[in-house]
Amino acid sequence: MIPQFIVENSPALMVIVPLVAAFITPFIGRISSGIRSIWVGGAMAVTSAITLILAFDVYSAGTRLYVFGARAASAAIPPDSGGIPIRIIFEVDPMSALMLVITAISGFAIILYSLSSERSHTGLESYYTLFLLMITGILGMVSTGDIFNFFVFLEILSLASAGLIAYRIDGGVAVEAALKYFVLSTIGALAILVAIGIYYGEYNALNMAMIASRMQFSLLDQVALVLIIAALAMKCGAVPMHFWTPDAYSMAPSSITALLVVASQASLYGLFRIVFSLYSVTLNAVMVGWLIIILGVLSMVVGVTMAIPQKNVKRLMAYHAVSQTGYMLLGVGVGLAVLGNQPLLDAFGYLAMEGGIFHIINHAMYKGLLFLTAGAIFLRVGTYNLNKMGGLGHSMKWTMVFFIIGALAIAGIPPFNGFASKLMIYESVFMFNPVLAVIAMVVSILTLASFVKVFHSIFMGPKLPEFADVKEAPLAMLLGMGILALVVVLFGLFPGIVVENLITPAAHALVDQGAYISTVLGGA
Amino acid sequence: MDLTSTLITGAGSWNPLAWILGIVVAAIIAWLIYSVGEKGYKPGTAQTEPFISGNPEPEKGMVHVRSGNLYWGYLEALKGYYARLVPLHTGDLHDYVLWYLGITALFLVLVVISA
Repeated sequence: MIPQFIVENSPALMVIVPLVAAFITPFIGRISSGIRSIWVGGAMAVTSAITLILAFDVYSAGTRLYVFGARAASAAIPPDSGGIPIRIIFEVDPMSALMLVITAISGFAIILYSLSSERSHTGLESYYTLFLLMITGILGMVSTGDIFNFFVFLEILSLASAGLIAYRIDGGVAVEAALKYFVLSTIGALAILVAIGIYYGEYNALNMAMIASRMQFSLLDQVALVLIIAALAMKCGAVPMHFWTPDAYSMAPSSITALLVVASQASLYGLFRIVFSLYSVTLNAVMVGWLIIILGVLSMVVGVTMAIPQKNVKRLMAYHAVSQTGYMLLGVGVGLAVLGNQPLLDAFGYLAMEGGIFHIINHAMYKGLLFLTAGAIFLRVGTYNLNKMGGLGHSMKWTMVFFIIGALAIAGIPPFNGFASKLMIYESVFMFNPVLAVIAMVVSILTLASFVKVFHSIFMGPKLPEFADVKEAPLAMLLGMGILALVVVLFGLFPGIVVENLITPAAHALVDQGAYISTVLGGA
Repeated sequence: MDLTSTLITGAGSWNPLAWILGIVVAAIIAWLIYSVGEKGYKPGTAQTEPFISGNPEPEKGMVHVRSGNLYWGYLEALKGYYARLVPLHTGDLHDYVLWYLGITALFLVLVVISA
């Protein structure tokens, strides 16, 4: 039914479509804003469709290897290259496919929302161009099997993100937030580039499978590992390198903040990919695992405790994003800490990783949803200040319902998706170290307390005179929120199906370094 | 494919559909208790108006408890913690970079020593 050409070339098409569409968008915008809306909406819809086709193919037929500049995947290593895969390749395994699913769903929901939320703003050519470049960057980062290519897509993502964080200007405050993000991203990217230089100098290769097959964990490899871990941990907002997160998340338009959540998770993916697929058991898994666990615990505790006193709803949600990232780091960190111990890995290591990875997709859905509800509220009342809101449940009933779904999910209340992944993390982490599990549960209680405050402040109470004329959010925005809310509910109601078909294959793909290498090198 | 959607969680299992069934049963029991309750309740009469010891009811905007008034006790109890944590969030880019470089250096020492 789907043309074979599209299936075969889906890894390239999913990056080319948004990339080309991004640069054509300004010209389309010259014709009319209506045609531009159809263009960018259509481009994102096509990108999401291709991405989901690829993800489905990977989950049903196994890891996909796509070699740029060659017809067949078997040509990954040209005969005259000295056994080194010099061509750029995309290696899409179930872990990458999971990230593709996240990007496809979030990207489509957010563009639908943006078409309405940004309608009254100027400079939309730049907005949509940068939006599509962000999508390109994320999709490339999570698909590539070439570490320099990973750096290139990371840079595309960072530049586009910085532009969109500054999009509203907001008296210069948004520009300042973007500058902070940009400077930190650039320093982080430089560190990653140095690490890539180290790998190239040592192993004469940029292909990740090739580097992994030759990994010695020498002093230089240790330096490269630390440079990459620290940079990507900073990019995903791990404490104590999270300071840019509340600034950038609160100043970007809400639709972009929702996409920044996905972007942060692409960095988290990069961190996991490097640690597991490049280094695996060659590194001191216990030490690096514990470093990631400590980052996770700090992120959970500092994130949630900083969220509670916030009065700006988006800053509050941004700190919660930091806190939720902690759960993912904790789950996968525990898996890494027991990587060299097969009985422990089987007993709870895989489960911890599955919990952490399941939380990635859950968080992208409910946190994206929460940021979109914040944007809908801002559109109607013109403020993010919780002290100035109240009684909006009378006039924004659908937004309130979506907020409740997102809030209950992030707080880990059954039967929403956040509960399922947190339960997996609690139980597996308890077997590793009970104190960590107790901390994770306390953080969930504090998260619930925080969102009870937000819910009361925004929606409860009598209809306030200053908001007497407030109406519900426009239909397109409700549709965008509705897509994410539906996923939150479905993933919560059928967690067994999601874990069995999406999460478990992803966790095993991450751990199985041998399969990652042999897909490219063919066991050479 | 397991359509009952049971999630195996290591130490046990979780089935949201069974949980929802339990909630529905509890709701039915609650409704049955409610249905045999006091019949004299009349919405829209003085029964449903707030009684504030004979004082007039304040304006609607005045009775809403604003965000800044919530969790005062929690924040007061953890004043010492917040007095240390909040000042770390300076908003100064120099500090952000220093934290990042400091953590990188710390990780480098720990990873190299442990290798």
